[in-house]
Amino acid sequence: MKPPKFSYVRAGGLAQVLELLEEHGEEAQILAGGQSLMPVLNMRLSRPKLLIDINRVDVLKGIGFEAGQVRIGALARHVEVASSPIVHHHLPLIAEALPHVAHLAVRNRGTFGGSIALADPAAELPACALALEARFVVASSQGRREIAAADFFKGMQATARRPNELLIETLIPARQNRIPVFLELARRHGDFAIAGLAFQLLLEDGIVADGRLAYFASEDRPTLALRALAAIRGQRLGPATAEAAVAALAGDLAPIENAQASAKMRFHLQSILTRRALAEAHARSSGQTRTT
Amino acid sequence: MSEETMSISLTVNGEKVSRSVPVRQHLVDFLRTELGLTGTHLGCEHGSCGACSVRVDGVLVRGCLMLAVQTEGSEVVTIEGLDATGEIADLQAAFVERNALQCGFCTPGMLMAAAELVRAGARNTRAEIRTHLAGNFCRCTGYHAIVDAIAATLDRRANGGDNRG
Repeated sequence: MKPPKFSYVRAGGLAQVLELLEEHGEEAQILAGGQSLMPVLNMRLSRPKLLIDINRVDVLKGIGFEAGQVRIGALARHVEVASSPIVHHHLPLIAEALPHVAHLAVRNRGTFGGSIALADPAAELPACALALEARFVVASSQGRREIAAADFFKGMQATARRPNELLIETLIPARQNRIPVFLELARRHGDFAIAGLAFQLLLEDGIVADGRLAYFASEDRPTLALRALAAIRGQRLGPATAEAAVAALAGDLAPIENAQASAKMRFHLQSILTRRALAEAHARSSGQTRTT
Repeated sequence: MSEETMSISLTVNGEKVSRSVPVRQHLVDFLRTELGLTGTHLGCEHGSCGACSVRVDGVLVRGCLMLAVQTEGSEVVTIEGLDATGEIADLQAAFVERNALQCGFCTPGMLMAAAELVRAGARNTRAEIRTHLAGNFCRCTGYHAIVDAIAATLDRRANGGDNRG
Protein backbone atom coordinates (compact mmCIF):
# COMPACT_ATOMS: atom_id res chain seq x y z
CA MET A 1 0.00 0.00 0.00
CA LYS A 2 0.91 3.68 -0.15
CA PRO A 3 1.39 6.01 2.80
CA PRO A 4 -1.57 8.18 3.80
CA LYS A 5 -1.34 11.94 3.16
CA PHE A 6 0.87 13.94 5.49
CA SER A 7 2.81 17.19 5.57
CA TYR A 8 6.57 16.98 5.33
CA VAL A 9 9.35 19.20 6.63
CA ARG A 10 13.00 18.62 5.79
CA ALA A 11 14.47 20.09 8.96
CA GLY A 12 17.56 22.22 8.59
CA GLY A 13 18.55 22.34 12.24
CA LEU A 14 17.83 21.10 15.73
CA ALA A 15 15.99 24.24 16.87
CA GLN A 16 13.50 23.85 14.01
CA VAL A 17 12.83 20.20 14.93
CA LEU A 18 12.20 21.10 18.57
CA GLU A 19 9.88 23.97 17.63
CA LEU A 20 7.86 21.68 15.38
CA LEU A 21 7.65 19.02 18.10
CA GLU A 22 6.49 21.66 20.57
CA GLU A 23 3.78 22.77 18.17
CA HIS A 24 2.59 19.39 16.88
CA GLY A 25 3.46 16.92 19.68
CA GLU A 26 1.95 13.49 19.09
CA GLU A 27 0.58 14.48 15.70
CA ALA A 28 4.13 14.65 14.35
CA GLN A 29 6.48 11.74 13.70
CA ILE A 30 10.24 11.94 13.42
CA LEU A 31 11.63 10.47 10.19
CA ALA A 32 15.19 9.27 10.82
CA GLY A 33 16.25 6.11 8.94
CA GLY A 34 12.63 5.31 8.23
CA GLN A 35 13.21 1.56 8.25
CA SER A 36 10.45 0.97 10.79
CA LEU A 37 8.37 4.11 10.27
CA MET A 38 8.01 3.76 6.48
CA PRO A 39 6.59 0.19 6.63
CA VAL A 40 4.09 1.36 9.25
CA LEU A 41 3.09 4.29 7.01
CA ASN A 42 2.93 2.12 3.88
CA MET A 43 0.61 -0.24 5.75
CA ARG A 44 -1.37 2.76 7.07
CA LEU A 45 -1.00 1.61 10.66
CA SER A 46 -0.10 5.19 11.59
CA ARG A 47 -1.43 8.48 10.22
CA PRO A 48 0.78 11.34 11.43
CA LYS A 49 -0.20 14.84 10.29
CA LEU A 50 3.43 15.83 9.94
CA LEU A 51 6.69 14.04 9.19
CA ILE A 52 9.78 15.85 10.45
CA ASP A 53 12.75 14.59 8.45
CA ILE A 54 15.88 14.92 10.63
CA ASN A 55 18.31 13.31 8.17
CA ARG A 56 20.04 16.62 7.41
CA VAL A 57 20.44 17.75 11.02
CA ASP A 58 24.20 17.34 11.25
CA VAL A 59 24.55 17.76 15.03
CA LEU A 60 22.74 14.42 15.44
CA LYS A 61 25.41 12.55 13.47
CA GLY A 62 28.67 10.90 14.43
CA ILE A 63 30.29 8.64 16.99
CA GLY A 64 32.88 9.86 19.47
CA PHE A 65 34.81 8.95 22.61
CA GLU A 66 35.46 11.40 25.39
CA ALA A 67 35.96 11.27 29.17
CA GLY A 68 35.53 7.53 29.37
CA GLN A 69 32.30 7.35 27.46
CA VAL A 70 31.17 6.70 23.93
CA ARG A 71 28.71 9.11 22.32
CA ILE A 72 26.55 7.71 19.55
CA GLY A 73 24.59 10.41 17.73
CA ALA A 74 20.94 9.61 17.13
CA LEU A 75 21.48 9.65 13.36
CA ALA A 76 24.49 7.29 13.34
CA ARG A 77 23.46 4.60 10.90
CA HIS A 78 23.79 0.92 11.80
CA VAL A 79 26.42 0.45 9.11
CA GLU A 80 28.52 3.29 10.61
CA VAL A 81 28.23 1.96 14.14
CA ALA A 82 29.09 -1.56 12.94
CA SER A 83 32.29 -0.37 11.25
CA SER A 84 33.35 2.16 13.91
CA PRO A 85 36.75 1.44 15.53
CA ILE A 86 35.52 3.23 18.68
CA VAL A 87 32.58 0.85 18.96
CA HIS A 88 34.73 -2.22 18.28
CA HIS A 89 37.25 -1.15 20.89
CA HIS A 90 34.99 0.14 23.67
CA LEU A 91 31.62 -1.48 23.01
CA PRO A 92 32.28 -4.94 21.57
CA LEU A 93 28.80 -6.04 22.70
CA ILE A 94 27.24 -3.65 20.18
CA ALA A 95 29.71 -4.68 17.46
CA GLU A 96 28.61 -8.28 18.08
CA ALA A 97 24.92 -7.42 17.97
CA LEU A 98 24.81 -5.31 14.81
CA PRO A 99 25.23 -8.07 12.21
CA HIS A 100 21.93 -9.44 13.57
CA VAL A 101 20.10 -6.18 12.89
CA ALA A 102 18.02 -6.68 9.73
CA HIS A 103 19.72 -6.79 6.33
CA LEU A 104 22.44 -4.77 4.61
CA ALA A 105 20.06 -2.39 2.80
CA VAL A 106 18.22 -1.70 6.05
CA ARG A 107 21.45 -1.25 8.06
CA ASN A 108 22.57 1.31 5.46
CA ARG A 109 19.63 3.57 6.40
CA GLY A 110 18.47 2.54 9.88
CA THR A 111 19.78 4.62 12.79
CA PHE A 112 20.92 3.88 16.34
CA GLY A 113 18.64 6.57 17.76
CA GLY A 114 15.69 5.32 15.76
CA SER A 115 16.02 1.83 17.15
CA ILE A 116 16.25 3.16 20.71
CA ALA A 117 13.38 5.64 20.34
CA LEU A 118 11.08 3.08 18.72
CA ALA A 119 11.82 0.52 21.48
CA ASP A 120 10.61 -2.52 19.60
CA PRO A 121 10.65 -5.46 22.01
CA ALA A 122 12.46 -7.67 19.48
CA ALA A 123 15.16 -5.10 18.72
CA GLU A 124 18.81 -5.77 19.57
CA LEU A 125 20.09 -2.28 20.42
CA PRO A 126 17.72 -1.41 23.29
CA ALA A 127 18.84 -4.61 25.05
CA CYS A 128 22.50 -3.75 24.46
CA ALA A 129 21.91 -0.24 25.82
CA LEU A 130 20.36 -1.74 28.94
CA ALA A 131 23.24 -4.17 29.47
CA LEU A 132 25.77 -1.37 28.96
CA GLU A 133 24.01 1.05 31.34
CA ALA A 134 23.57 3.63 28.61
CA ARG A 135 22.01 7.05 29.15
CA PHE A 136 19.86 8.72 26.54
CA VAL A 137 19.96 12.48 26.02
CA VAL A 138 16.63 13.96 24.97
CA ALA A 139 15.99 17.60 24.13
CA SER A 140 12.97 19.86 23.92
CA SER A 141 12.75 23.61 23.48
CA GLN A 142 12.78 23.80 27.30
CA GLY A 143 16.16 22.11 27.59
CA ARG A 144 17.86 18.76 27.80
CA ARG A 145 17.70 15.84 30.19
CA GLU A 146 19.32 12.44 30.49
CA ILE A 147 17.39 9.23 31.04
CA ALA A 148 19.04 6.01 32.17
CA ALA A 149 18.30 3.01 29.96
CA ALA A 150 16.81 1.24 32.97
CA ASP A 151 14.18 4.03 33.24
CA PHE A 152 13.64 4.59 29.52
CA PHE A 153 11.86 1.50 28.19
CA LYS A 154 8.27 1.52 29.45
CA GLY A 155 6.51 -1.15 27.39
CA MET A 156 5.68 -2.22 23.85
CA GLN A 157 7.25 0.56 21.75
CA ALA A 158 6.73 2.90 24.70
CA THR A 159 9.45 5.03 26.28
CA ALA A 160 10.00 7.83 28.78
CA ARG A 161 10.55 10.31 25.92
CA ARG A 162 7.79 12.95 25.93
CA PRO A 163 6.02 13.92 22.66
CA ASN A 164 7.84 17.28 22.56
CA GLU A 165 11.26 15.68 23.02
CA LEU A 166 13.80 14.42 20.50
CA LEU A 167 16.41 11.75 21.26
CA ILE A 168 19.73 13.50 20.58
CA GLU A 169 22.39 10.96 21.47
CA THR A 170 23.25 7.91 23.52
CA LEU A 171 26.08 7.99 26.08
CA ILE A 172 27.65 4.69 27.05
CA PRO A 173 30.40 4.24 29.66
CA ALA A 174 33.42 2.37 28.31
CA ARG A 175 34.32 -0.25 30.90
CA GLN A 176 37.42 -2.37 30.84
CA ASN A 177 37.62 -6.10 31.43
CA ARG A 178 33.95 -6.83 30.84
CA ILE A 179 33.08 -9.89 28.83
CA PRO A 180 30.33 -9.29 26.28
CA VAL A 181 28.12 -12.02 24.88
CA PHE A 182 25.32 -11.39 22.40
CA LEU A 183 23.10 -14.19 21.11
CA GLU A 184 19.79 -14.31 19.31
CA LEU A 185 17.50 -16.74 17.55
CA ALA A 186 15.53 -15.75 14.45
CA ARG A 187 13.84 -17.81 11.78
CA ARG A 188 15.88 -16.21 9.00
CA HIS A 189 19.11 -14.25 9.45
CA GLY A 190 18.15 -10.61 9.97
CA ASP A 191 14.51 -11.30 10.81
CA PHE A 192 12.92 -10.27 14.09
CA ALA A 193 14.33 -12.29 16.97
CA ILE A 194 12.14 -14.79 18.82
CA ALA A 195 14.63 -14.93 21.70
CA GLY A 196 17.77 -13.00 22.46
CA LEU A 197 20.16 -11.77 25.12
CA ALA A 198 22.91 -9.22 25.66
CA PHE A 199 25.27 -9.97 28.55
CA GLN A 200 28.07 -7.92 30.01
CA LEU A 201 29.98 -9.82 32.70
CA LEU A 202 32.78 -8.84 35.06
CA LEU A 203 34.77 -11.91 36.06
CA GLU A 204 37.46 -11.99 38.75
CA ASP A 205 39.53 -15.18 38.75
CA GLY A 206 36.69 -17.04 37.04
CA ILE A 207 34.13 -15.80 39.59
CA VAL A 208 31.22 -13.61 38.49
CA ALA A 209 31.84 -10.33 40.31
CA ASP A 210 29.14 -8.29 38.56
CA GLY A 211 27.32 -7.94 35.31
CA ARG A 212 24.16 -7.08 33.44
CA LEU A 213 21.99 -9.77 31.87
CA ALA A 214 19.57 -8.18 29.39
CA TYR A 215 16.95 -10.18 27.51
CA PHE A 216 14.88 -9.14 24.51
CA ALA A 217 12.19 -10.54 22.21
CA SER A 218 10.45 -12.24 25.09
CA GLU A 219 8.97 -9.40 27.18
CA ASP A 220 7.15 -6.30 25.95
CA ARG A 221 10.41 -4.39 26.56
CA PRO A 222 14.10 -5.24 27.01
CA THR A 223 14.45 -6.67 30.50
CA LEU A 224 17.29 -6.99 33.04
CA ALA A 225 17.35 -10.39 34.72
CA LEU A 226 18.16 -9.35 38.28
CA ARG A 227 17.34 -12.70 39.91
CA ALA A 228 19.45 -14.64 37.43
CA LEU A 229 22.32 -12.23 38.07
CA ALA A 230 21.94 -12.66 41.84
CA ALA A 231 22.04 -16.43 41.34
CA ILE A 232 25.42 -16.33 39.60
CA ARG A 233 27.11 -13.44 41.42
CA GLY A 234 29.97 -14.78 43.49
CA GLN A 235 29.86 -18.12 41.68
CA ARG A 236 32.40 -19.75 39.40
CA LEU A 237 31.18 -20.09 35.81
CA GLY A 238 30.35 -23.65 34.86
CA PRO A 239 27.38 -25.93 34.16
CA ALA A 240 26.01 -25.77 37.74
CA THR A 241 26.10 -21.96 37.73
CA ALA A 242 24.35 -21.90 34.35
CA GLU A 243 21.58 -24.12 35.73
CA ALA A 244 21.21 -21.80 38.73
CA ALA A 245 20.84 -18.86 36.33
CA VAL A 246 18.18 -20.66 34.31
CA ALA A 247 16.25 -21.64 37.46
CA ALA A 248 16.25 -18.03 38.66
CA LEU A 249 15.36 -16.72 35.21
CA ALA A 250 11.81 -18.02 35.65
CA GLY A 251 11.37 -15.22 38.22
CA ASP A 252 12.71 -12.58 35.82
CA LEU A 253 10.88 -13.31 32.59
CA ALA A 254 7.20 -13.62 31.76
CA PRO A 255 7.37 -13.93 27.97
CA ILE A 256 4.73 -12.56 25.63
CA GLU A 257 2.89 -14.86 23.30
CA ASN A 258 2.23 -14.24 19.60
CA ALA A 259 2.05 -15.98 16.23
CA GLN A 260 5.82 -16.45 16.16
CA ALA A 261 6.20 -18.31 19.44
CA SER A 262 4.31 -19.27 22.59
CA ALA A 263 5.38 -17.98 26.00
CA LYS A 264 6.61 -21.45 26.93
CA MET A 265 8.69 -21.78 23.80
CA ARG A 266 10.22 -18.33 24.26
CA PHE A 267 11.21 -19.16 27.83
CA HIS A 268 12.67 -22.48 26.67
CA LEU A 269 14.73 -20.68 24.00
CA GLN A 270 15.92 -17.99 26.44
CA SER A 271 17.05 -20.76 28.79
CA ILE A 272 19.04 -22.43 26.04
CA LEU A 273 20.62 -19.12 25.04
CA THR A 274 21.49 -18.45 28.70
CA ARG A 275 23.40 -21.73 28.98
CA ARG A 276 25.21 -21.04 25.70
CA ALA A 277 26.04 -17.46 26.67
CA LEU A 278 27.51 -18.39 30.05
CA ALA A 279 29.55 -21.18 28.43
CA GLU A 280 30.77 -18.67 25.86
CA ALA A 281 31.67 -16.14 28.59
CA HIS A 282 33.58 -18.88 30.41
CA ALA A 283 35.46 -19.81 27.23
CA ARG A 284 36.27 -16.18 26.47
CA SER A 285 37.49 -15.53 30.00
CA SER A 286 39.93 -18.39 29.71
CA GLY A 287 41.15 -17.06 26.39
CA GLN A 288 39.49 -19.60 24.14
CA THR A 289 36.89 -18.79 21.57
CA ARG A 290 34.01 -21.06 21.10
CA THR A 291 31.38 -20.98 18.42
CA THR A 292 27.90 -21.19 19.83
CA MET B 1 -6.00 17.05 3.61
CA SER B 2 -4.85 18.07 0.16
CA GLU B 3 -1.92 16.39 -1.56
CA GLU B 4 1.21 18.27 -0.52
CA THR B 5 3.93 18.43 -3.16
CA MET B 6 7.57 19.51 -3.20
CA SER B 7 10.14 20.15 -5.92
CA ILE B 8 13.21 17.95 -6.01
CA SER B 9 16.37 17.81 -8.11
CA LEU B 10 18.56 14.74 -8.16
CA THR B 11 20.70 12.60 -10.43
CA VAL B 12 19.29 9.30 -11.64
CA ASN B 13 21.62 6.96 -13.53
CA GLY B 14 23.90 9.88 -14.28
CA GLU B 15 21.21 12.22 -15.59
CA LYS B 16 19.93 15.29 -13.78
CA VAL B 17 16.21 15.19 -13.05
CA SER B 18 13.87 17.82 -11.55
CA ARG B 19 10.25 17.14 -10.69
CA SER B 20 7.49 18.24 -8.38
CA VAL B 21 6.36 15.17 -6.41
CA PRO B 22 3.78 14.35 -3.76
CA VAL B 23 5.66 14.35 -0.44
CA ARG B 24 4.25 10.93 0.43
CA GLN B 25 5.46 9.29 -2.80
CA HIS B 26 8.17 6.73 -2.12
CA LEU B 27 11.27 6.49 -4.26
CA VAL B 28 10.21 3.42 -6.26
CA ASP B 29 6.89 4.93 -7.34
CA PHE B 30 8.80 8.04 -8.37
CA LEU B 31 11.27 6.00 -10.43
CA ARG B 32 8.58 3.85 -12.03
CA THR B 33 5.76 6.30 -12.66
CA GLU B 34 7.58 9.63 -13.08
CA LEU B 35 10.71 8.41 -14.83
CA GLY B 36 9.47 5.20 -16.43
CA LEU B 37 12.29 3.18 -14.87
CA THR B 38 10.28 0.01 -14.30
CA GLY B 39 13.25 -2.28 -13.66
CA THR B 40 12.95 -1.54 -9.96
CA HIS B 41 10.08 -3.70 -8.69
CA LEU B 42 7.62 -3.26 -5.85
CA GLY B 43 6.94 -6.46 -3.97
CA CYS B 44 5.93 -6.24 -0.34
CA GLU B 45 6.20 -2.46 0.00
CA HIS B 46 7.28 -2.79 3.62
CA GLY B 47 10.96 -3.59 3.39
CA SER B 48 10.94 -7.38 3.60
CA CYS B 49 11.38 -8.63 0.03
CA GLY B 50 14.23 -6.60 -1.46
CA ALA B 51 12.72 -6.36 -4.97
CA CYS B 52 12.90 -2.55 -4.77
CA SER B 53 16.63 -2.35 -4.00
CA VAL B 54 18.40 0.69 -5.47
CA ARG B 55 21.61 2.60 -4.75
CA VAL B 56 21.34 6.03 -3.18
CA ASP B 57 24.58 7.99 -2.77
CA GLY B 58 26.59 4.84 -3.25
CA VAL B 59 24.81 2.53 -0.82
CA LEU B 60 22.13 -0.10 -1.28
CA VAL B 61 18.73 0.89 0.12
CA ARG B 62 15.13 -0.25 0.08
CA GLY B 63 13.42 2.03 -2.43
CA CYS B 64 10.04 1.51 -0.78
CA LEU B 65 11.34 2.76 2.60
CA MET B 66 12.58 6.11 1.38
CA LEU B 67 10.48 9.04 0.23
CA ALA B 68 11.29 10.57 -3.13
CA VAL B 69 11.62 14.00 -1.43
CA GLN B 70 14.44 12.58 0.70
CA THR B 71 16.61 12.12 -2.39
CA GLU B 72 16.96 15.88 -3.01
CA GLY B 73 20.53 16.37 -4.28
CA SER B 74 21.26 12.63 -4.19
CA GLU B 75 22.66 10.27 -6.78
CA VAL B 76 20.34 7.35 -7.44
CA VAL B 77 21.39 4.31 -9.47
CA THR B 78 18.82 1.74 -10.53
CA ILE B 79 19.19 -1.60 -12.26
CA GLU B 80 18.91 0.25 -15.58
CA GLY B 81 21.94 2.31 -14.59
CA LEU B 82 23.99 -0.72 -13.56
CA ASP B 83 23.06 -2.39 -16.84
CA ALA B 84 24.00 0.65 -18.92
CA THR B 85 27.45 1.14 -17.39
CA GLY B 86 28.37 -2.52 -17.75
CA GLU B 87 29.37 -2.67 -14.07
CA ILE B 88 27.72 -6.06 -13.64
CA ALA B 89 27.71 -7.43 -17.20
CA ASP B 90 29.55 -10.56 -16.06
CA LEU B 91 27.12 -11.08 -13.17
CA GLN B 92 24.15 -10.73 -15.54
CA ALA B 93 25.74 -13.22 -17.94
CA ALA B 94 26.31 -15.65 -15.06
CA PHE B 95 22.62 -15.34 -14.06
CA VAL B 96 21.62 -16.31 -17.61
CA GLU B 97 24.19 -19.09 -17.83
CA ARG B 98 23.09 -20.67 -14.52
CA ASN B 99 19.34 -20.15 -14.99
CA ALA B 100 19.40 -17.96 -11.89
CA LEU B 101 15.99 -16.51 -12.65
CA GLN B 102 12.61 -18.06 -13.20
CA CYS B 103 9.76 -15.52 -13.20
CA GLY B 104 12.33 -12.72 -12.97
CA PHE B 105 10.45 -10.56 -10.48
CA CYS B 106 13.16 -10.61 -7.81
CA THR B 107 16.03 -10.47 -10.32
CA PRO B 108 16.68 -6.70 -10.40
CA GLY B 109 16.82 -6.63 -6.58
CA MET B 110 19.00 -9.74 -6.51
CA LEU B 111 21.41 -8.15 -9.00
CA MET B 112 21.50 -4.87 -7.04
CA ALA B 113 22.26 -6.78 -3.82
CA ALA B 114 24.79 -9.10 -5.47
CA ALA B 115 26.51 -6.09 -7.07
CA GLU B 116 27.50 -4.97 -3.55
CA LEU B 117 29.32 -8.26 -2.95
CA VAL B 118 30.93 -8.24 -6.37
CA ARG B 119 32.30 -4.73 -6.00
CA ALA B 120 33.55 -5.45 -2.46
CA GLY B 121 35.82 -7.95 -4.19
CA ALA B 122 36.06 -10.62 -1.48
CA ARG B 123 35.89 -14.30 -2.38
CA ASN B 124 32.87 -15.07 -0.22
CA THR B 125 31.80 -18.56 0.77
CA ARG B 126 28.37 -19.82 -0.27
CA ALA B 127 27.20 -19.33 3.33
CA GLU B 128 28.33 -15.70 3.25
CA ILE B 129 26.58 -15.16 -0.07
CA ARG B 130 23.38 -16.60 1.39
CA THR B 131 23.62 -14.36 4.47
CA HIS B 132 24.20 -11.36 2.23
CA LEU B 133 21.11 -12.23 0.19
CA ALA B 134 18.95 -12.89 3.26
CA GLY B 135 17.17 -9.58 2.62
CA ASN B 136 15.98 -10.62 -0.84
CA PHE B 137 13.13 -13.03 -1.43
CA CYS B 138 12.79 -15.25 -4.50
CA ARG B 139 9.26 -16.68 -4.40
CA CYS B 140 10.17 -19.19 -7.14
CA THR B 141 12.73 -20.37 -4.53
CA GLY B 142 15.54 -20.47 -7.07
CA TYR B 143 18.17 -19.51 -4.51
CA HIS B 144 20.61 -22.28 -5.32
CA ALA B 145 21.16 -21.12 -8.88
CA ILE B 146 21.40 -17.49 -7.76
CA VAL B 147 24.15 -18.39 -5.28
CA ASP B 148 25.86 -20.41 -8.07
CA ALA B 149 25.84 -17.40 -10.39
CA ILE B 150 27.24 -15.03 -7.74
CA ALA B 151 29.89 -17.53 -6.61
CA ALA B 152 30.98 -18.05 -10.22
CA THR B 153 31.26 -14.29 -10.76
CA LEU B 154 33.28 -13.79 -7.56
CA ASP B 155 35.62 -16.62 -8.58
CA ARG B 156 36.08 -15.26 -12.04
CA ARG B 157 36.89 -11.77 -10.80
CA ALA B 158 39.23 -13.10 -8.12
CA ASN B 159 41.10 -14.90 -10.89
CA GLY B 160 41.67 -11.65 -12.72
CA GLY B 161 38.55 -11.60 -14.87
CA ASP B 162 36.99 -8.24 -15.64
CA ASN B 163 33.33 -7.33 -15.60
CA ARG B 164 32.64 -8.05 -19.26
CA GLY B 165 29.94 -10.62 -19.61
